[in-house]
Amino acid sequence: MKPGASGYKPASSLPGAVVAIVWKDLAAELRSRELLSAMLVFALLVILIFNFALELDPGTRRVATPGILWATFAFAGTLGLNRSMAVEKDRGCLDGLLLAPVDRSAIYFGKMISNLAFMLIVEVVVLPVYSVLYNINLFNPGLIIVILLGSIGYVAVGTLLSSMAVQTRTRDVLLPILLFPVVIPILIAAVKACSGFLQGLELTEIMPYINLLIVYDVIFTAVAYMVFDYVVEE
Amino acid sequence: MIAVKKLVKRFGLKIVLRGLDFNVQEGEFVALLGPNGAGKTTFLRILSSLSRPTLGEVRVSGFRLPDQAAAVRRNLGVVSHLPLLYGDLTAEENLHFYARMYGLGNRQQRIDDTLDLVGLSSRRRDLVRIFSRGMQQRLAIGRAILHDPDVLLFDEPHTGLDQDACDMLDGLLRKVAAQGRTVVMTSHDLARVEDLASRFDVLSRGVITASLNRGELGEGNLLTFYRQALAG
Amino acid sequence: MKPQPVTLKILNVLSVLLFLTALGMVFLYAPLEETMNYVQKIFYFHIANAWVGMLGFLAAAVSGVIYLVKHDQKWDIVELAAVEISVVFFLIAILAGSIWARPTWGAYWTWEPRLTTAAILEMVFVAYLLLRQGIDDPDRRARFSAVYTLIGSISVPITFMSIRLFRTIHPVVVGSNSSASQGTFSMTSPMLITMFFSLFTFSVIFVDLFWHRIRLGQLAQHVEQLKLEEHQ
Repeated sequence: MKPGASGYKPASSLPGAVVAIVWKDLAAELRSRELLSAMLVFALLVILIFNFALELDPGTRRVATPGILWATFAFAGTLGLNRSMAVEKDRGCLDGLLLAPVDRSAIYFGKMISNLAFMLIVEVVVLPVYSVLYNINLFNPGLIIVILLGSIGYVAVGTLLSSMAVQTRTRDVLLPILLFPVVIPILIAAVKACSGFLQGLELTEIMPYINLLIVYDVIFTAVAYMVFDYVVEE
Repeated sequence: MIAVKKLVKRFGLKIVLRGLDFNVQEGEFVALLGPNGAGKTTFLRILSSLSRPTLGEVRVSGFRLPDQAAAVRRNLGVVSHLPLLYGDLTAEENLHFYARMYGLGNRQQRIDDTLDLVGLSSRRRDLVRIFSRGMQQRLAIGRAILHDPDVLLFDEPHTGLDQDACDMLDGLLRKVAAQGRTVVMTSHDLARVEDLASRFDVLSRGVITASLNRGELGEGNLLTFYRQALAG
Repeated sequence: MKPQPVTLKILNVLSVLLFLTALGMVFLYAPLEETMNYVQKIFYFHIANAWVGMLGFLAAAVSGVIYLVKHDQKWDIVELAAVEISVVFFLIAILAGSIWARPTWGAYWTWEPRLTTAAILEMVFVAYLLLRQGIDDPDRRARFSAVYTLIGSISVPITFMSIRLFRTIHPVVVGSNSSASQGTFSMTSPMLITMFFSLFTFSVIFVDLFWHRIRLGQLAQHVEQLKLEEHQ
């Protein structure tokens, strides 16, 4: 095959690259299941620890549930974010992605979506398990929407910060330190909103928190997308 | 094909490349030699658009870096000493991924041809994780030529390979270069490079201190040339 | 190192003088508040430090954005100086607030909006410093720091607003009539004057220390440069 013989020079599209990255992450994970099993086991352990750390009677348990859930998601989430980026860094694959003739935001969105997918998978497993262990019905559509919105915001900032953290010496340890202070609005709004749905409050009372989540998601996805170049390019 | 004029690269206050000039014609196979820390990897990273020049002009395939980086990337294949491959995917899946990242049409055909070329067709469904280092390097070369680039950059590709693997790699390098591509390869292995390259450049202390075509070299004088270039 | 410019020397003296005057005003000029007596006096320093700490954060955020746009290392020095100094000022504010809180609210700490946001802001500062510690390459360090200050400066105000959806027990001293806030007190004229003077004093001290810290940063950079030149 003589170079250039094919005549046409390939043009890669942004959505195409994003899909390729997401597919790649999911396919690799499906095979090794390292990331997901780590996240899941960790999440369940956290719930277990909470069970002993907070001696709760059934009534208090209801009130504490949203908090426990989100603490669990936040911790398990950092695990996933770290692993997802470490894979790229360790074998030099980040360079491989950067060499592709495609806009850097494709890398951001690709990783963000696969990180979101992993987080959602973990949440989908944790919710029923928690429901069963604590005899609380968590199959509440409002609750599920809140968890989705919160996860999006978490992953939007988390992907950006994990791209930074993975390039430092302190790596894994650094991500939670960077991420948690900045992700507090999500935790506040999500916990309050989940709590509202579980208690069956009026939608008008819960809406401010949902709006907050949406605003956060939009702002930070936009900001992260805009500054991502500075984080990966030299 | 590659035109570099007065390239300066600074990391903070540390200057690594100091006004480097470098020109490669189409079809040349240039071996870039030099001691550790001379700036070879930095230079290659700039040529491959992974790093920005601080000052100076860099053109690859007629396109300027860093402004026209995307255009450069379309026409560039890079092999470094890290495999740039995903261990949990098969050889074929890795190539599929990169084919999609490069927006290539006719994917399956290209992948089949590439696997044939690098001699890994029989291992296409094996996870890269279990490949030997030699096989990974071959697949890495496959990845690098998948999109049919005119320019290839190799950063010390023989690192970590045993003699047999090196020989196999050299065979592949010759095949690939014979297709008319322009190649720049950094290496520490003078003996190997002497057989492969058409031109030898020495990078020392941030600039190219010497350049010699194969014809002018004569037999077995590469080491002498290299030593002289470093001393001078 | 360049000798201190005259302005800076004047500023040094001015800072000390203002501080002593402010101290005098707090203890001698401002009247004793009815319910809280002497404890209330810490309020003057608490407000000043908190306010100045926040301004420092703003300065850091602005410097960060300018760095990303211009890639001039000096803005990185400014940004670091702003954060380092604000960390301390803000910590003083938090501690002063705690000292005031104990006799007034019965606890050193409560989880109400302003306090909580203050703690979070302080954590963002510390995270910033830890981030810088983990990066050796100056260019990367500057870029990442700038990005983090940007993220932090957007997130912290949002945090404050989101916690504000809760009820507050933090005294809203100026401008609010709500007696639902415990510990609110109305400010007489001398108190207002003392407060503003205090604010002014600490702003001057901040600028003084800021300037010194920037000079220190420049000196450090100069030392790095000398070290490198020695090796080359």
